[in-house]
Order: sequence, then C-alpha cells, then structure tokens
Amino acid sequence: MARHTGMLYLCFMFCLLSSSYAADTTKPAQRIISLLPSLTETVCALGACNRLVGVDRYSNWPESIAQLPRMGGGIDPNIESIVALKPDLVLMAGSARGGERLKSLGLTVLTLEPKNYADIQIALGVVGKALGVPAKDSDRVWRDINAQVEEISKSVPQYAKAQRVYFEVSPVPFGAGDGSFIGETLQRLGARNILPASMGIFPQVSPEFVVRAQPDIIMVGDSNLSEMQARPGWTNLSAMRTGRVCTFTPKESDVLVRPGPRMVEAARLMSQCLVEKSAAQAKQNP
Amino acid sequence: MNLNKSNHWLFALTMLLLVVIGIGIGVSVGSSGLESLQNAWHDDVAWQIIWQIRLPRTLGAFAAGALLGLAGALAQGLFRNPLADPYLLGSASGATLGVALALAFYGGNQFAPDAFVRVGLTGAAFAGALLAVVLTLLLAKGVQHTMRLLLAGVIVGVVMGAMASLIALMRPDVLQNMQGFLLGSTAFIGWPACLVMVYVLLPCLCLAWFFGFAMDALSLGESTALSLGVPLRAMRIVIVLLVTLATGAAVAQTGLIAFVGLAAPHLVRSIVSVKSGSLALLSALMGGLLLLVADILARSLIAPQELPVGVLTAVLGGSYLLWLMYRNQNQGALK
Repeated sequence: MARHTGMLYLCFMFCLLSSSYAADTTKPAQRIISLLPSLTETVCALGACNRLVGVDRYSNWPESIAQLPRMGGGIDPNIESIVALKPDLVLMAGSARGGERLKSLGLTVLTLEPKNYADIQIALGVVGKALGVPAKDSDRVWRDINAQVEEISKSVPQYAKAQRVYFEVSPVPFGAGDGSFIGETLQRLGARNILPASMGIFPQVSPEFVVRAQPDIIMVGDSNLSEMQARPGWTNLSAMRTGRVCTFTPKESDVLVRPGPRMVEAARLMSQCLVEKSAAQAKQNP
Repeated sequence: MNLNKSNHWLFALTMLLLVVIGIGIGVSVGSSGLESLQNAWHDDVAWQIIWQIRLPRTLGAFAAGALLGLAGALAQGLFRNPLADPYLLGSASGATLGVALALAFYGGNQFAPDAFVRVGLTGAAFAGALLAVVLTLLLAKGVQHTMRLLLAGVIVGVVMGAMASLIALMRPDVLQNMQGFLLGSTAFIGWPACLVMVYVLLPCLCLAWFFGFAMDALSLGESTALSLGVPLRAMRIVIVLLVTLATGAAVAQTGLIAFVGLAAPHLVRSIVSVKSGSLALLSALMGGLLLLVADILARSLIAPQELPVGVLTAVLGGSYLLWLMYRNQNQGALK
C-alpha cells in the first residue's frame, strides 16, 4: 500500500514538474515574447536579445529592444497580438493575467517572478535552458553578477556600514524588506534594513513605523519625494532634516527595482548613496 | 422616442440585426486588423486568431452583457427602483472577495496545478457572489421586505469589499491581479468561458420571461400583487436566484463590468414601453449589444493596445446616466 502511495506521489510530482517546465524538453526558443522587464533583461543578458519578437510596455532596456512591438502589460497582455507574432516561448510573471489563456491557445508559457537572489539565479538557469544556452554559460552570467556585487560591497568604507536604511519601492508606501533582492543587496553592502524579513518581501509600511524606526538614510524614486515630505511627521525624520535622502531618477529606479542582470548597477547606485550620505553625516558629527 | 406596442418587435429585430453586425465587426477588428480575416483560410495563426480569440471573445462579451442586462432588469423590477443594479445584492463584492482569497491562497505559486488555477478563480468568484447573496438574505431575514433587502445588500457589499481590500493590502503580490479583476475585461474569454455564460443565459431568459406576469403585478404595488393572487414570496426567491446566477456567471468570467446592468433596462424603457417579461429579454439584448460595442471600442480605440472594457463601460455608462439625469431635471420631472 505504502509503495503504491509512493508511486502515485512520484507520478503526481512528475506531472506537476513536467507541466511547469514543459519548455525544458523542447528545442531552443527562437521567437520569444517577454512580458516582464526583468525577464526581458535576463534574455538579453543571456545573449538572446535578437530572438525577442515582442515585449511588454514597460520593458525599456537594452536600447536595442526599443523598436519591438509592445504587447500590453501584466494586467492587460494583448492575447491577440501575442498569438499573431507566433512566439515559441512566452515569458511572464506568475502574478500576471492571461497565462492560462495563452497556454490554452497552445503557446509555451514560462512563468517566473524572481524576488530574491536565489530566484534570480534559478530564473537565469530556467530561461537559459529554454533558450538552449549551455548551463555553464548561464552559470557564468550569474557568477559575474555575484562577483561584481561582492566587489562593490568590499569597496564600501567602514564609516558607511551599519547605516539603517529605508528603501521605498512605491508610494502607497511599500518598502523593500530584508528578504527581497533589494534587501539582500543592502545587507551585502553592510547596511541594515529597517524592514525585517518577517514583515514580508515588499511589505506595506505604516508611515508611523518609519517615523519610529528613524532610518539613517532613505532611498526613494524622485517622483515619490514630494509625496513623502507631505506625510505627517516625516519632515521631522532626522534623515529628512539632514538631507540624508537619496533620490533616484526614473531610469535609476528601473535599475533598482528590477530583479535581473542589472543588479550590479543597482548595487553601485546604492553603495554610492550609502558612501555619499554617510560622509555627510561624518562631517556633521565628527 | 416611444414606439407603440406593436413596434417592439421591430425594435427587437433591429437590435438583433445590430448584434449580428456587431459580431461581424468583432470578428474583424483587433490588434492585427482585417489582415487576420483575409488570411484566415490559408494561415493557421490568422485562423486561430479569428476562431479561438476573436469569436469566443465577441460572443462572450455579448453573453456577459446580456447576463448583466437581464440581471439589471430583474433587480430593478424586484426593488421597484430604476436605480437598482445587479450588483446591489452584494454579489460584486462577494465575487471580489472570492477572487482575493483564491489569489492569496495560490497566488504566485508556480506549481499550482493548472486545473486548479482554471477552476479556481472562476469558481471562487461565483462562490463568493453566491455567499454574499445568501448573507444578504440572512441579514434581511428573507425576501419579504425589499427595503431591508436593499440595505442588507449594501452592508454586505461594503463589508466584503473591505475584506477584499484588506487581503490585497496584506498580500501585495495579488494586487495586480485583483486590480485586473476590478477593471473588468473581456480579453481573456475563451470558448469554455463563453459557453458557461451561454448555458447560464438561456435558462435565465426562459425563467425571466415566464415570471414576467408576476413582475408586472408587483409593479402595481405589493398589496395589489397579493390581491391578484401572485405568490410574491416564491417569485422573489426565484428572481433573487436569477439575479445571483446571472451576475455571478458574468462576473466570474469577466470581472466587474460597471453600468451595463444599470443602463440597459433604462435604454430599453426610453425607447419602448413593454411588459416586464419582454423588458427582461430586451434588456438582455441591449446589455449584450452595449458590451459588444464596448468590447469592439476597447480593442480598436488605441490598437494595437487595448483598454480594459470595464473602464470604458464605466465612462460611457456614467456619462449616459448623467445625461439622463440632466435631461430629466430640465424637463422638471424625474422618471
């Protein structure tokens, strides 16, 4: 009986995995549609940018994809445009809509939504496999990313370490928790995130929580700053008063919030912020 | 423009003709335009676009609109209030809560078996809508008191809506999908979804037609209806069930689509004066036509991109109702 149960379980797991990774067994994808900017960037980092035939409306890097047709976004992927392009692989976020519909129309759909470093490594491997990129090459891309982030974190001087940081992702406000890839980069740079992993990956933060936590440094997109200053009590945050707020342009924000190959650039932006603002602090309180 | 009684057949035929034309246009427009129609016979992908995407979507939009139009006419008859909406019994918020729960339960889980995903959202929306209506009925202690039913529906709607928002806030990863549901869309209707709606629509239409006489009696007032021997209680239960079934089926497949249920009966009444049974059928036809047109506009206005059809119906339906109110005010009388 136990053996039968075991066999059943194995069959079940096999069906489950084979349905999730159906793309693995087919030949390398030649016509790819990516509906998530970070996956678009991943495809390009794996050297298959020229195999992309369509992208979502938010994908904007690298510049070579600027001319590609747009297929809508995560909420409203345009099913008809996607089918019309005859893709042999559609990459999209698990939380996006329309994945089931595309599968029922016979397309190969791979859903990936990296949230942390481990996910990003898996995404590189899975996408690499679907593209027919040898495992050693996709591993190398990952090792390069990792090594460069490591190098940047070593270059952060001691006085810029142990800063308590609040990273705001969107103005609801949602912050980047310790368990997110942004939180992990901050950790590697020696910063301390005021949002512990227990609060979730990108938790919604009560404005009061941040006032209480009094972060040393705030990182935020420049379009959110004015709204942030209007929150009750926030103008009195010491980071606000002493100008230890790093604002990022929309282009920089794209780099920071996309879990893909540009994480190295993101780590550099964050480390620059840490160094610059800590130096200012050191000058103020010698 | 009030047509006399003998002309409402003419009206129905005109609408049917418009629906057929609408379906024709629906099959011809989309991101790849007429090209797909021209190539349909010798290009597999073009054929797939016509047969598996545009046709079920167009027919599905019609069926969803018809369900909402029918539910709207029935709700307005039941509440004897021209502002009644098929979502009034709390079904919309119930469906939203169902979807939020389903998303929070398996949201982001790449290993959720496909069948579960497929049944999951639709089933959850439908179960949520049903649960909300049952709660409303319990709160209102049955269907006898229309006012109480209305109030209970509003309360259940607000509470369940708030719970859905709470789930969405706790699980930001389901926010995007929830937002999609709230906007309403006909873009993801395939043959199975389309057929489900048609299967629900047909018996609902028959029952609505059959119970038309009772609705007519009710429009004269409850005591008159009772004195005419109308089984009010049984009739109310059937109508509430029909409204729930029709709304639930439509909402589960398309998300929340605003104003079609409210506007369709108004439009019909402003053109012809008919009895309740015919009003329900004509409202279904009108609702279907409205959503069909909205769907065509949604995919052609900014082609090759698309607008969510729910946004479009809210803007169009809202403007229409505002105009109606403005006109009535100017005439010095509220209809």
